[in-house]
Amino acid sequence: MSEQITVTVNGDTVSARPAANTLLSAFLREELGLTGAHVGCDTSQCGACVVLVDGKSVKSCTMLARQADGASLTTIEGLAGDGGELHPMQEAFRDNHGLQCGFCTPGMVLSAVDLVSRNPDPSEGEVRRWLEGNICRCTGYHNIVKSIRAAAKVMRA
Amino acid sequence: MNANATTNSGIGGSVRRREDSRFLQGRGKYTDDINIAGQTYAVFVRSPHAHARINGIDTAAAAAAEGVAAVFTAEHTKDIGGVPTGWQVHSKDGEPMAEPKHPVLAEGAARHVGDPVAMVIAATRRQARDAAELVTVDYDPQPAAVDMKAALADGAAKVHGDLPGNLCYDWELGDKAAVDEAFAGAAHVTKLDLVNNRLIPNAVEPRCAIGDYDSVSGEHTLYTTSQNPHVIRLLMGAFVLSIPEHKLRVVAPDVGGGFGSKIFHYAEEALVTWAAAQIKKPVKWTAERSESFMSDAHGRDHVTHAELALDANGKFLALRCSTLANMGAYLSTFAPCIPTYLHGTLLAGQYATPAIYCEVKAVFTNTVPVDAYRGAGRPEATFILERIVDQAAAETGVDPAELRRRNMIQPEQFPYQTPVALQYDTGNYEATLDQALKAADYAGFEARRKQSAAAGKLRGVGLSCYIEACGIAPSNVVGSLGARAGLYEAATVRVNPTGSVVVFTGSHAHGQGHETTFAQVVSDMLGIDYDAVEIVHGDTAKVPFGMGTYGSRSIAVGGAAIAKAVDKIIAKGKKIAAHLLEAGEGDIVFENGAFKVAGTDREKSFGDIALTAYVPHQYPLESLEPGLEETAFYDPANFTYPAGTYVCEVEVDPDTGQVTVASFHASDDFGNLINPMIVEGQVHGGLAQGIGQALLENCVYDAEGQLLSGSYMDYCMPRADDLPSFQVDTTVTACTHNPLGVKGCGEAGAIGAPPALINAVVNALNGGGHSIAHLDMPATPQKVWAAMQSN
Ligand code: FES
Ligand code: FES
Repeated sequence: MSEQITVTVNGDTVSARPAANTLLSAFLREELGLTGAHVGCDTSQCGACVVLVDGKSVKSCTMLARQADGASLTTIEGLAGDGGELHPMQEAFRDNHGLQCGFCTPGMVLSAVDLVSRNPDPSEGEVRRWLEGNICRCTGYHNIVKSIRAAAKVMRA
Repeated sequence: MNANATTNSGIGGSVRRREDSRFLQGRGKYTDDINIAGQTYAVFVRSPHAHARINGIDTAAAAAAEGVAAVFTAEHTKDIGGVPTGWQVHSKDGEPMAEPKHPVLAEGAARHVGDPVAMVIAATRRQARDAAELVTVDYDPQPAAVDMKAALADGAAKVHGDLPGNLCYDWELGDKAAVDEAFAGAAHVTKLDLVNNRLIPNAVEPRCAIGDYDSVSGEHTLYTTSQNPHVIRLLMGAFVLSIPEHKLRVVAPDVGGGFGSKIFHYAEEALVTWAAAQIKKPVKWTAERSESFMSDAHGRDHVTHAELALDANGKFLALRCSTLANMGAYLSTFAPCIPTYLHGTLLAGQYATPAIYCEVKAVFTNTVPVDAYRGAGRPEATFILERIVDQAAAETGVDPAELRRRNMIQPEQFPYQTPVALQYDTGNYEATLDQALKAADYAGFEARRKQSAAAGKLRGVGLSCYIEACGIAPSNVVGSLGARAGLYEAATVRVNPTGSVVVFTGSHAHGQGHETTFAQVVSDMLGIDYDAVEIVHGDTAKVPFGMGTYGSRSIAVGGAAIAKAVDKIIAKGKKIAAHLLEAGEGDIVFENGAFKVAGTDREKSFGDIALTAYVPHQYPLESLEPGLEETAFYDPANFTYPAGTYVCEVEVDPDTGQVTVASFHASDDFGNLINPMIVEGQVHGGLAQGIGQALLENCVYDAEGQLLSGSYMDYCMPRADDLPSFQVDTTVTACTHNPLGVKGCGEAGAIGAPPALINAVVNALNGGGHSIAHLDMPATPQKVWAAMQSN
């Protein structure tokens, strides 16, 4: 019998028994049906799988589901408010055309939320360096950088 | 266009994308997000050798492993047709290209690292993966053909034993005698050898395919990461699996980027479809990234010798190019046409060069198949031309902008017949050049160079004036050139009884925002609310037979098909209105969303007409069918020809060879714009891929055919901090032959950027006292540093 873990996922308490080698990304996608975290690589480099673990951005493919025991997770599905109003970061991505195919987007948005919580007024260079671990093939990053700085401004106000 | 063309949600408005709501909340539905009850998982055993005979495959242990439903090898699939090629090119001597079979699973020999050899299907992904490890393949490694020149030499290892050699075709275009004559009389000849580096497309969503079979109805369904579901249905149904089209549905849901790599029909799609019917259970396969590297079709990979002849005034007299183009081990869907009809035909560029000759030898090697990747042939042509023009400018001491200007096709020369088959319909190249030079402050470069020099950096500026041919067409011409498909697009516009509209388009969006852009077109043309228009795409069970999205064709061909269908709706609406208003049909005009009797205030709204069409109580039933739904197939008269000028400045660190992009300015003429925000985004993305090719990305095989750049650790993808913010603007000459006057914008950045970068790097080095004619891409610090040491 696998070990039981209890995690809070987007505000709901979830108990489960993931296999010892189940990655957090697979646990979210395949066991909880939260397919917003995407898997774009097998070397932990694309960042499409980023979720917030206790408020910090983590590549969910680099963590075992069991390591999340006791943690509070926010996935892209849980970022908008209860009434469905978008988080300022989501709003800014829409407003600045910060996404095209949308595949990197969940990771980009959550990674950016973490950045702005650490650095409320990041410069363009700081945003670009922070995004080292998130690959986007569509946007050329131009509008992602713009989106993040615009969201930071809203979030500061 | 309608009077409301300037309203925010119509044509020309930067409407925020409606698809973003789902993508931003994790509600997109990508193929891997789809799970079907009872689904099994497939894993492929792939060749670790570039070339090997397969003496035997022992699958017993795998078949007996926990959860395994089936293990398939060529023994089971040998009666399945090979993966077909959609284009046949003929050689100079009139002979058709060599077209070896591309089996879905390797038959007797593996021909590249990653060639699928066996398919293992199990109840869970992990079980399938574990069982795949238990498959034992008895490989007898053979010498591999890797380098193209070596592969063409006598006695080279042969990729396909049943072919005479590794030559696929030896093609030519242009008037060789006229070119030779022009060279004989030239005042100056510039020569250059170039390599267009092999790239790996790397859409962030890996390929995925799910086969499902309904044994009661006999219907097969394939969910797949495709840019063109109908093309897959046609190729797979007709040529590979012999499934009649009415029993085969192909769904391409949300797709996470394509860039060409998801145009092609891949063996894995056929195998999951076939296997699902064999084991009577859905079969899902999702590529791991390392599989993408060794199984998604690669791009570019040309080796070229080019020569440009000039007269004493710097006028181009003639151009000749000789290219080797890598096909990889098998012919991917559109591979043969990329280095020929999408490359040789583009060699006039923006210039009135009177004579051009181009020859291309396509070569089989023991590498992953090569096919269209963003730009597809046009970046290779642009790189040749824009590099050799720059080198000619350097050799003759003329400013590179001035030399280009002297040779540009002038506005009054359109339509302009190039010596390489294409006829450009419209453009104003000099105006775009001027706009770019001004916006980039080209005149002020010298001051910036000095500033950089004071900081110890070598600064360079580079130009590129590209042209591309988008929306490949017309069908009868491409058919005569070897295309085995039509290149039209289809759309159905369904007006609902209450006046809302659903558009079914054969175009496919995988990041381009069609759901927004197409709705803008329709709402603008019909004068109805943007939110009353819904766009449906990506499912052969829903949309009419369409050719999908590639070659920047969606708006120019797919948008035009929608516009044609809307025209038919309006025409029918006029007939209904004439009846209701008791007027002659010829007296009805459609303006601002209403059908009016011209010159009177009598009118019927669009909604009234829609309702009347479906509740035909007062209706000319004897002469008109009820309902309001129209389909149009649009086959364009010509390609469209976007063009632009890019100006790039770089700084080179003389100690390390590190190149930093200091600024990048793009001025593009895409004709009319529907959604400028989306267009800019397309340019940004293309520029990033172009800069990636020029500075970072490189697919490397070793001499044995091992793929050395097979992961994100080894293949350098452009990251946010490798790139600058871009300055982007547009000029407009409307396309003359499609109803929207649009040209397409998807590939421009990837086409125009690479030569601008390399020109800038060469300029920086030469400005710093070095003497360098050319640097092959990518201009890595090591390469730049080495060039500085030797010259
Ligand atoms: S899937 Fe986690 S970093 Fe790529
Ligand atoms: S939007 Fe497609 S990968 Fe970023």
